[in-house]
Amino acid sequence: MAMRKNQADLTATEKRRFVDALLQLKRDGRYDAFVTTHNAFIMSDTDSGDRVGHRSPSFLPWHRRFLIEFEQALQSVDASVTLPYWDWTVDRTPSASLWAADFLGGTGRSRDGQVMDGPFAQSAGGWTLNVRVDGRTYLRRALGAAVAQLPTRAEVDSVLAMTTYDMAPWNSASDGFRNHLEGWRGVNLHNRVHVWVGGQMSTGASPNDPVFWLHHAFVDKLWARWQAKHPGSPYLPTAGTPDVVDLHDTMRPWNNVAPADLLDHTRYYTFDSAA
Amino acid sequence: MSRPTRRHAIGATAGTLAGLALAGTAHASTPPATATPGATGNGPAGHQDHGAPEPFDEVFQGRRIQGAPSTGHMHHGAGYAVRIDGQELHVMRNADGTWISVVNHYEPFATPRAVARAAVVELQGAALVPLA
Repeated sequence: MAMRKNQADLTATEKRRFVDALLQLKRDGRYDAFVTTHNAFIMSDTDSGDRVGHRSPSFLPWHRRFLIEFEQALQSVDASVTLPYWDWTVDRTPSASLWAADFLGGTGRSRDGQVMDGPFAQSAGGWTLNVRVDGRTYLRRALGAAVAQLPTRAEVDSVLAMTTYDMAPWNSASDGFRNHLEGWRGVNLHNRVHVWVGGQMSTGASPNDPVFWLHHAFVDKLWARWQAKHPGSPYLPTAGTPDVVDLHDTMRPWNNVAPADLLDHTRYYTFDSAA
Repeated sequence: MSRPTRRHAIGATAGTLAGLALAGTAHASTPPATATPGATGNGPAGHQDHGAPEPFDEVFQGRRIQGAPSTGHMHHGAGYAVRIDGQELHVMRNADGTWISVVNHYEPFATPRAVARAAVVELQGAALVPLA
């Protein structure tokens, strides 16, 4: 059983093996396939039409399945690797060890946003961006530039306190836990972190930045925390909702897995802590 | 001493963006309606009717940005197309009337013009890749 750990607690060896597995997936083309899939869903998920990966109740199970698939790809390279998570309520600044040269590298330089250090810098040679929305092939970031503050623990707690999973109209206008966690409404958790990182993380091709996986692993952990806090609150909607993935509807692109299959993360992995 | 934020930069008609990566005075709680500086001719902030927005065609920071109602092959018939130097920028209208683009996907803007200008700032001169 894989255990997902806080990135701040990883050993030097764990960081190196995680990075090496990312670079290997990049080399053999499997990494870019994940970027392609994500961007396709970003562009096709709409508030008034069919929506699966984003702005809908299945945002959380869809990304859970997406991360499981990615984690399995990493483990096919190195069986010891699991996805770490980034608790951005604690590691809130560009000086966090997450952004050090021995892990993800730091923010971009002001001239062109280019990340200049770490294993994913253009100069390192192993991280050319092929699936992209513009001509630039180097990883970019602007940590804290477009929005000053990452979400706080208090803001997270205010969202975890919401008792209803999701509500009609089941999109970016919804009240309830899912849309507040996703960030289209209210204090804005998940979306704001994308904006805070900047660069490719602000775009539909956000998985081009490896921090995408650590961010979503923490969003996924927040879902688990919410479930533990509200054991009587089910995934909604349960049936018969046009354009939306109900509890037992299978999800694209896999077409063989439904939200109901993904509600219990312990079937697939555990976390290092419940908090 | 705060440097100009990206939002201020979008409202500016000129000016360097040097040091932008170090700026950070925007507030995450700023609602989308105020994400567009008032003096840019985007119409009343926070108010959207349910028709298509007005077309626009201007040069912003050296890039030609255009927007117009569309009946083309937009994804899910979005009904409005935005171009930067002739290349289509994928945009999407949120349920509350705000707009995002594939370049700024997680940050809503009040109008298609505002989202086009934000994309110009983000692109720093780079060309868009044609839509898949």
